[in-house]
Amino acid sequence: MVTEPVALQVAADLFPNGISRYAVGGLLVGLGTVVIYLGTGISAGASTFLESTLSYVSGQSRFQRYVGSRDWRVVFTLGIVLGGFLFALTVQSGLVSSSLYQAGTTGQLHQLGGFTFWTTNVQPWRLVLGGTLVGIGTRIGKGCTSGHGVCGVGSASKTSIVGVATFLAVAIGTAQIVAALGVTP
Amino acid sequence: MSQDRHPLFKPLLFVGGIIFGFGLGFSHMARPEVVLNFLTFEDLGLVFVMFGAAVVSGIAFAVLPRIRDRAPLTGDAYERRLKSFDRNVLIGGGIFGVGWGISGICPGAAYASLGVGNITILWALAGMFLGAYLQGYWRSKRADAPTVASGAD
Repeated sequence: MVTEPVALQVAADLFPNGISRYAVGGLLVGLGTVVIYLGTGISAGASTFLESTLSYVSGQSRFQRYVGSRDWRVVFTLGIVLGGFLFALTVQSGLVSSSLYQAGTTGQLHQLGGFTFWTTNVQPWRLVLGGTLVGIGTRIGKGCTSGHGVCGVGSASKTSIVGVATFLAVAIGTAQIVAALGVTP
Repeated sequence: MSQDRHPLFKPLLFVGGIIFGFGLGFSHMARPEVVLNFLTFEDLGLVFVMFGAAVVSGIAFAVLPRIRDRAPLTGDAYERRLKSFDRNVLIGGGIFGVGWGISGICPGAAYASLGVGNITILWALAGMFLGAYLQGYWRSKRADAPTVASGAD
């Protein structure tokens, strides 16, 4: 058989870090969403937190619609932060190992108190500028990667499928242009 | 939107958030470099994060409404996440896409990124709050103007 090694080579090119860490991580993201939906009926998206939290400090009328949900959105977001922290203390630190997890080579690792923490090498101007556009776009566009991407697509919502197709296509084009301009990382 | 009706309401959101954030850490989606490598086709694995999560939630969104009427902690009906379509979905999605392509980070992944130790991501979080404020300020002004009809979500 000649085709099989070729197929394997293509897979190795497209997925140099395998797929298991991505698939397992995605299943957990979905599971977290389902746990909340199961108990509360809420399709929790991550970006509404930005506006709902602003309602604590701003009287702008736009933010007032989120006053009723702002407390639990803070709790949800703190849970996400803690979840990332628990991942760092266990798997990222190597204290829990799994054949399904492949450590990456991106960014920088820092040892602190026997644990391994990670920081990005992506330049601050990219994070600030990109983050600002993410803050504007997700709120105008009615959702982000979790609201549209996970809950909306999971609901087979046409609005969300169009939303995801839009931001994914534009993000691919943008990232390719930025990379072609020689910006790295 | 639901109010707190049950003592387990917030604990459950907290636990759900922890699982969600752990998954974002495990998948490396909390790392902007990995997202940028995906967007430039150097590593397509990230497809499995969003697709995997959407499949899992899709099963729950499809099955739960058929077997139960109401969620135990809120009494709310199980509904799908359906939002109305208008040009804001395209405009906002386009702006979000430019931002995601520049930075490699989206809101949920940014929260989880802070958890894995990435204090540098505070730059992105500051930007996200600034952006959310700017659009909120602008839309508040428009909605408060007497002649412009509001109702956009």
